[in-house]
This record gives sequence, structure tokens and C-alpha cells, in this order.
Amino acid sequence: MATGIKDKVAIIGMGCSKFGERWDCGTEHLLNEAFQEALADAGIEKSRIEAGWYGSAVDRVNVGTSAIPATTALRMGGIPFTRVENMCATGTEALRGAAYAVAAGVVDIALAIGAEKLKDTGYGGLPTGTRGTLNDLILPVSTAPGGFAQLAAGYRARYGVSREDLKMAMARVSWKSHQNGARNPKAHLQKEVDLDTILNAPLIADPLGVYDCCGVSDGAACAIVTTPEIARSLGKHDIVTIKALQLSLSAGLEIGTADWDGSYVANTRIAAAKAYAEAGVRNPRKEISMMEVHDCFSITELVTMEDLGISPDGGAVKDIMDGFFDADGGLPCQIDGGLKCFGHPIGATGLRMAYENYLQLLGRAGKRQLKDPVLGLSHNLGGVPYNCLAAIAILGRL
Amino acid sequence: MSDRGITSYAAYIPRLRMARASIAAAHAWAMPGLKAAGKGERAFCSWDEDAITMSVDAVRACLRTARANPVTALSFASTTAPFADLQNASLIAAASGLSHDIGSLDAGGSLRCATSALIRALESSASGDTVVVAADKRHARPASAQEMQYGAGAVAVRTGAGEVIARYLGSASAISQFVDHFRSEGQKYDYAWEERWVRDEAYLKIVPGVVARLLQTSGINAADISYFCLPSTISGVAPAVARKLGIRADAVVDNLAARCGDTGAAHPLMMLGLALEAAKPGERILVVGFGAGCDALLFEATTAITSHQSGMSVSRTLARGLTDTSYTRMLSFSGEIELDWGMRAELDTKTSMTQFYRASDQIISFIGGKCGACDTVQFPRMAACVRCGSVAPLAPVPLADESARVATFTADWLAYYPAPPLHMGLVQFDNGARTLMEMVEVVPETFEVGLQLRMVFRIKDRDSLRHHHRYFWKATPAG
Repeated sequence: MATGIKDKVAIIGMGCSKFGERWDCGTEHLLNEAFQEALADAGIEKSRIEAGWYGSAVDRVNVGTSAIPATTALRMGGIPFTRVENMCATGTEALRGAAYAVAAGVVDIALAIGAEKLKDTGYGGLPTGTRGTLNDLILPVSTAPGGFAQLAAGYRARYGVSREDLKMAMARVSWKSHQNGARNPKAHLQKEVDLDTILNAPLIADPLGVYDCCGVSDGAACAIVTTPEIARSLGKHDIVTIKALQLSLSAGLEIGTADWDGSYVANTRIAAAKAYAEAGVRNPRKEISMMEVHDCFSITELVTMEDLGISPDGGAVKDIMDGFFDADGGLPCQIDGGLKCFGHPIGATGLRMAYENYLQLLGRAGKRQLKDPVLGLSHNLGGVPYNCLAAIAILGRL
Repeated sequence: MSDRGITSYAAYIPRLRMARASIAAAHAWAMPGLKAAGKGERAFCSWDEDAITMSVDAVRACLRTARANPVTALSFASTTAPFADLQNASLIAAASGLSHDIGSLDAGGSLRCATSALIRALESSASGDTVVVAADKRHARPASAQEMQYGAGAVAVRTGAGEVIARYLGSASAISQFVDHFRSEGQKYDYAWEERWVRDEAYLKIVPGVVARLLQTSGINAADISYFCLPSTISGVAPAVARKLGIRADAVVDNLAARCGDTGAAHPLMMLGLALEAAKPGERILVVGFGAGCDALLFEATTAITSHQSGMSVSRTLARGLTDTSYTRMLSFSGEIELDWGMRAELDTKTSMTQFYRASDQIISFIGGKCGACDTVQFPRMAACVRCGSVAPLAPVPLADESARVATFTADWLAYYPAPPLHMGLVQFDNGARTLMEMVEVVPETFEVGLQLRMVFRIKDRDSLRHHHRYFWKATPAG
């Protein structure tokens, strides 16, 4: 009988590059920036690492396929190293690969590292590409904001929320993240923005304006994992372990049947239920101390609060307007600025979220430090709401 | 007398109509004289419409009139067929839901290709019906007279024997080396000679000669013609020809210059459609097609015309116009100017022909599937049922005429789209199928979840690298 991942894997070192428009460097530099920090944090020699998982999502503007670009950049030949790609959950997938290897007892120490170099395309937003020969014949040319904006239509239709009220709650989501990002020296955007500016910004995909959308960034993040026992043997006292790692993927019901009304993300709900069970969380609104969720768009963060069971269905607007998710609120969310302000280098994002929770749990978050956090949740959404995957990781102290 | 004739007809004129005053205003700095022609409006195609898509709309509407006899042939007549070698008629027939076991033919080469194709259909001895569809989307050089005169549109006419609404009385044709205009292979624009010469030497000599011959062989007096359909952009030509032939002045059918413009090869049939709307049993209709010669056809309305309802009459499609005053939109949609769409527009839209053929009934005929195990209707048809996972083959379910509603939507300003913003979202069919679709001709103020939709066949992507474009279905507000 499987017993899940809880407390079987400890994180002994993490690193995260400065996110942003890194005109100065390529993927190989970003990888090393994150890796050197993690290595120093773990206090081990590079040679102790026995296997690696490398997350990279958009190979056509990055370094190409396979994990060879990572082993070459890090000069780590001769060990098993695997490239993983699962859209925006790619970073979390790298962590899952490394954690499962350790939990299986196959290796003692493993590396999870993710990076993306998105600012080499020549334009803003995610690069466009083919979606396969059949989909290209059928699906509209869509963008990420175009996909997620439809949550707003579905949400308004289900709960009867006015366009204006929803737009205000969405603006409040981004306003809060800008407040947080301003206190993070590694964040892509470190500037507070007022509500009027957010509300009156040009439309990207109705009703999402510019400030309802995260930008894309260059960056890398990384984790070194081992067993709690080995962590102790390495002299670690304050040990952060993985409490849950879950993933759920669409199989066509949302896009292909009338089952889904467009007001929520089914995979987040499924992954959350499994993650809470794995971590032993019964009341997430009370037990989770902090969250890094996939706020690719403000409306995504809004429905995610309901999908994670933090707000009741239809109740996210009120919680947001009450400041429940602010840094000084009941359940701080996007403390590091989130995708909105920290940035979104796809392959790194899941690990960047874990990095913030890791820093907070160890009391190393500087100006952003929360008081005595116990459990940190991170959440990724890949794809678009009607055809997506959701990953959830929960970290805590042992 | 022939027992053959017209059994139904339907038209399609693009909803977009350019105010000619806006065209004249844009050119006033160079061609102030165009102001005189700056009256009324002309139809123009959206970026995703062409002679094929307009034809599909017209044929589908034409087929809405029930008739037991099967259609066994489709002819497509156009001087602007999208493909030079890739039969356009075959694509139109498949998208219109016709059987694959039919004959098909592309006709072209002159503006009278539609009347010539119609004569062939009416002279045929086949037991099955023939659909003749004519459409044109002609290019005109900015600031030319043609830019003002040309419209766009399609007309489908179904011919057969037995219960007809207009009986075919006969036809006459002639060839001629009279060149009023021409367009060579690979060229975009027509080259036209002086209108006064065309009026005097062609319309007032060649046309009357052919019409007189037809009237004589049919034993019908010119004065007994109730509807005279003579397409020409030259002002006053039709009344002058009527006068010369002895046709009553009130028989001259409106050439739609004021509200639509000249629809090219489709225009004789467009005017025939107008005549059929008005005709009473026993009235005679004379239709002329002109170009490198002349065709003339004579019809007599039957008692069946009284109760006939066209799937889309010329008047109804004419009334669906949306007046536009943005001249550069028309130029951009027709490819006369190329806007800077940014790097997102660089996306390669190469079509995998192997994949296309495997899925062609889904792509062109919009055939979904019904699961044999759980009855779920779905699109696209994948290897396993979307609901129960059964891998048993799905039974075909056509979706083009199914009623559907908006489930989710957005207006995307970021995506590359030639008519921004890109409206798209999930479309929920009443029969259970659901798919993500592009939505066109949306009125933003009335767009909401639950809005009723209908399906239209349009260009999906243009592949500028290979000079190919692919088609698929889009949703548009019903009504």
C-alpha cells in the first residue's frame, strides 16, 4: 500500500536566479546562478548529486530538447539526467522526479532544476507555436490570456457577478502582488501600482487588462533533495520536507462535454483534494500558512482560491476585497510577488514557488518574512482552463 | 416544352458593406472626381471569406428547401476561384453536406460562366438535380472605378425536373472577341476599356442580337418579359437595351449597384434571384450573362412559386448588412495593403495533407461522432470516447446545422488575427457536443454566455509561405 511522499524527502538546498529581462545572460548562466546558490545552501560537493531532473518548457527559444544542455551548462556529465516538460508545471515536475527518486531509495541526493529564457523571442508574451497537426486544423489561434479570460465569462455567468465587481476583485489581486513584489529584490517587477492604473489599463483579452496578466521572464530555480536522515547526517537541524506532491491532467471533459461551466479549474480541485489527503490537511483555510499559486492572470488566482478550498464557491471576490490574501491577511498569497511580479520563466516557476515557501519556513525571507509559517502550498496550472494540468506541492518543517 | 427548371435558390452577400463615400474621401487628395461615385455602399468580404465560403453559405441555404430528388451534380462558377488546381466545387459540395457520390465541375474564364453553367444544368438529361453556384470576390486597384463598382456575393440555384418554381423555356448563346475587360493568369486586377464603347458596341449590339434570337426561337414577345436581368456596372445600360428590344421599362430588374455592387460571375443569378422573389405564376424572366460573348436564358414562373420560401433570398441577405466606414479595413481584408501584425504573425501555418485527409470529413463537413457505448456526441472524433473511453467507432453526427450556444468566450487582442480582436470560446451544441471555436461577426454589447450561435464555413488560416489556405467552421450569432 502506497503511503505517499509526506516527510520522505527533505530539501537541503535551494537557489533562484534574479528573474526578469536578463539581456545579459543565456540559459546556461541562469542555470548556474540558481545552482551555485543551492549548492552553497546544501553545503555539499557537486559530486554528491547522483541524478538530475531538468525542467524546460519552450525548447524552441530555449536550449533545445534533452537534458544535455543542463548537464553541459552545469558540467555534470556521467549521471542520469532527465528533461521534463509539463507546460507551466514543468518546474514542479522536475521536483517530483527528483523527490520520487529519493523516496524510492534509488539515489541519496538528487537535483531538480528548471529554467526558461523567454526574452530572446523579440516580443512580449509567450511564443506562439504549433499545437500538433490535427489541433492546428481545428483550434483557434489562441493565447494564454485568451484561454484564461474565459474563466471570467464562466464565473460571471455562474455567480451573477457584475463585470465591474469582478474587474475590481481582479484588480485587487494584482494590486496585492505588486505590493509584495516591491519587497523582493529578485522579482522581475518591484513596483507598487495603484488600483486606477490597473483598472484602466489596455485590454489584452477581455476582461483582462495588461495588469491582469503576468509577463514572461528569464530565470532559473533549483532544489537539492535527499532523505531526512541524510539531511541530519549532513548537519541540518531545521529541516524542510515535502508534505505533498500531486498532479492532475485534463482528459477532454472540459473542452469536449457540457460538464464544465467555465467558472473553475477542475484539475486544481482534484490535485488539491489529493494533496491535502497526502499531507494530512483537513481544513486548508486554517492549516495552510502561505500560498504561492499560479497567478498567470488575476482571474486565475481568483478562481484558484475557491478551487483550493480556501474560499467557498462564489466567495473569492469577498475574501479578496477583505484583504484575506494580503501579506498581513489571514492567508498570505504570492508573498514573493507571484508570477505577476516575481516573473514567469515557465520551467523555473514551480521551483521558484517552492523556493519562497522554503525561505519562509526557514525564516530567511527578509522583509517579506511571515510569522511562524507551518505549511506552504504552491500551485501550478499548465495549459488553458479547459485543457490543462494542475500541480500542487506542500512543504513544511519536519 | 422542357419539364426542367429551377427548384430552389438562395443567395449570400457578405455582411460587411463599405460606404462608398469613405472610399471617395480616402482618395480625394488624388482623385477628387471619385466623389461623384461615392454614393451608397458595396459589399466586401471579411478576411476569411472568399468565393468558396460564400458559395457554401448559399448552397447550404439553397438545400434548406426540401426536395425528394437527390442532388447528383454541383457546378461552381467564378472568375476568382481560390484554387487554380484543386477543385473548388468538390470542397464546396463536401462543406455543404452533399453526398460524395456526385459529379462536380469548376467553371470560369468569363463573367458569363455562371449562365453557361446554368444552361448546361438545365439542358442536362440526368435524373438527379444539379446545383449551380456562382460567386466572385474580385480585386480592384485602389482608386479605380472598379473599387467603387465591385461587390461580392454568391448565389446557388438548384435545377431539376418536375415540381419547379420557374420552368426553363430555352436559351441562346454567342461567342465574341469583344474585350471590355480582361485579367491574365496570375494577375490580380482587371484591365478595362472605355465604358462608352462597351455600352454602344457590346450591350447595345451583341446582347440584343442574342436576346432577339432567343425570343424568336421561344416564340415569346419582348413585351411579355416581366423581369429583365442584365448585369452591368455601366449606368443606364439595362434600360437602354430593354428599350431597343421592346422590353417594358418596368421589367428591368435592379442591378443592386446602390447597396451591394457588382458580384461578378454571380450577378446574373443574383438578379434572377431578385426576379424569382417577385415573380407571379406565368410571368417570364429573361437573364443575360455577358463576357466574351453572351448567354440569354428564359424562364416562366409556375404556380409553385407562390408558396416557395427561399432558404436565403437576395433581399434578406442584402438586408443583413453592417455598414463600415473604415476604408483601410477593406484594403487590409482584401490584401491590398499589409499591416504590420508583429512577430506573432510569423507563425507557420503549414497544413499536413496526410493529417488533413484523415480528418477531412471533420474539417470540411464538420462531422462529429456519437459514442456507441454511452451516446455522447463529441467533436473532434478521437480514438476513444471523451466521456466513457470506449474505443468503439463513433457514429457520424453532422454539426453544421445543429443549434449551439456560447459556453465561454473572450475577445483576444494579443493573438495574431487579421480582424482583431479574436473572438473565441467554447461552443456548446444542444446535442451535447462541445468544442473551442472562433466566433465571427460578433456584436460585443450583446455577447454573453448562452447566446444562440450558428455555424459558418470560413478560411481558418492563410499560409503565405505556400500560397495555401485552409478552411474550418466558425460560430456566429444566430439570426
